[in-house]
Amino acid sequence: MGIAVMLEAIELECIRGERRLFSGLSFSLGSGELLRVVGANGSGKTSLLRIMCGLVEPSAGALRWQGRSIRTEREEYSRNLVFIGHLNALKDDLTALENLQVAAALAGMPADAARMLAALDCFGVAHCAELPAKVLSQGQRRRAALARLALSSAVPLWILDEPFSALDVAAVVELERLLAAHLASGGMVVLTTHQEVQVVAQAVLRVDLDLHAAALLAA
Amino acid sequence: MIRALAWVLRRDMLLAFRRRGDVVNALVFFVIVVSLFPLGVGPEPNQLRGMAPGVLWVAALLACMLSLARLFAPDHQDGTLEQMLLAGEPLVVLVMGKAISHWLVSGLPLVLIAPLLGLQFDLPGNALAVLSVSLLLGTPVLSLIGAVGAALTLGVRGSGVLVALLVLPLFVPVLIFGAGSVGAAVAGTGAEAHFLLLGGFLALSVVLAPWACAAALRIAME
Repeated sequence: MGIAVMLEAIELECIRGERRLFSGLSFSLGSGELLRVVGANGSGKTSLLRIMCGLVEPSAGALRWQGRSIRTEREEYSRNLVFIGHLNALKDDLTALENLQVAAALAGMPADAARMLAALDCFGVAHCAELPAKVLSQGQRRRAALARLALSSAVPLWILDEPFSALDVAAVVELERLLAAHLASGGMVVLTTHQEVQVVAQAVLRVDLDLHAAALLAA
Repeated sequence: MIRALAWVLRRDMLLAFRRRGDVVNALVFFVIVVSLFPLGVGPEPNQLRGMAPGVLWVAALLACMLSLARLFAPDHQDGTLEQMLLAGEPLVVLVMGKAISHWLVSGLPLVLIAPLLGLQFDLPGNALAVLSVSLLLGTPVLSLIGAVGAALTLGVRGSGVLVALLVLPLFVPVLIFGAGSVGAAVAGTGAEAHFLLLGGFLALSVVLAPWACAAALRIAME
């Protein structure tokens, strides 16, 4: 029995300004699968991830979630995904705890402090919970942002833009463990990274945007 | 849905409380502009009474506009806005929360302090009451329409001037009927008609502005 396809991309094309970053990009993702998007700087990795979240419309092509277009089912699709972009989405004047509470509440999850503290503790920043985000170091901010993942085990699709940037070795290990657990329980992960990561998954798919750009030039 | 709205409100009020300086700015601007007029024009009571409605309303309108630039731009910069777009709650509801908190922070203080400033213009008691009610009905409209302008100009260079150009024409009816109601009270002709029209503007903007604002934010994110 094959893996049920949850997310399907059909002939995606992205044009930024005058440049065509990629086109004819098709792939599908089923539960338990990890999709790694690779490519040189400026090859459109972040653009692809933003298209996959539904933040940006692709110039051509479509994305389907469980067979239905994500454009028509926008809120339903949003409830099924967590996106952590290269911005940490932390308000400088709120504490790490308050930031996480707001994020959880907006995602429709319970926002009680105990659960939030456990999630922050997962990334070793529970002791910073009461500090405003502006006094945290770059790595601590990233950890506080990633703590959302520890709350989101029930959310099937994780889309992560350079999740390993600014993290130290311990946090990288913790994140890899979290990703592996999510994949093992049938979740899906899409990520971009320049680092080699060891994440155990049923299947690791790769989308190489450089190859797509090369194919475009040849065509 | 109500829970998400409450959390947006709570978040923005907390942020406003932690950045009190920004909030006080608009209020101080309002007080200074309004207080300078009697000093500049001179102490002729009839003249002051005549110009009071216009001065108070124009100053309130400009004070409201001052804070529009900060409505979405900080959230846009730190990435919290894109998380709101992905919240799984209707964006319209979250935008409504932002507009309400903008009004609570930059509209409501003007409503509360305006009667006090009206005393400088020798406005009679009933005109002060009318001034408060007209601002109470009119400033939420300014916040709602302003939110659309702020969303449309998000990420644009020199957005402050652009917001003014976009929203000022839409503010003009509110200004005319807001100031008109106070003028009518001073002249003794009753302000009900003005209130009804202001209420109508408010109802219309509550219904339409959040949708327009949400659509503009989606475009700005592209």
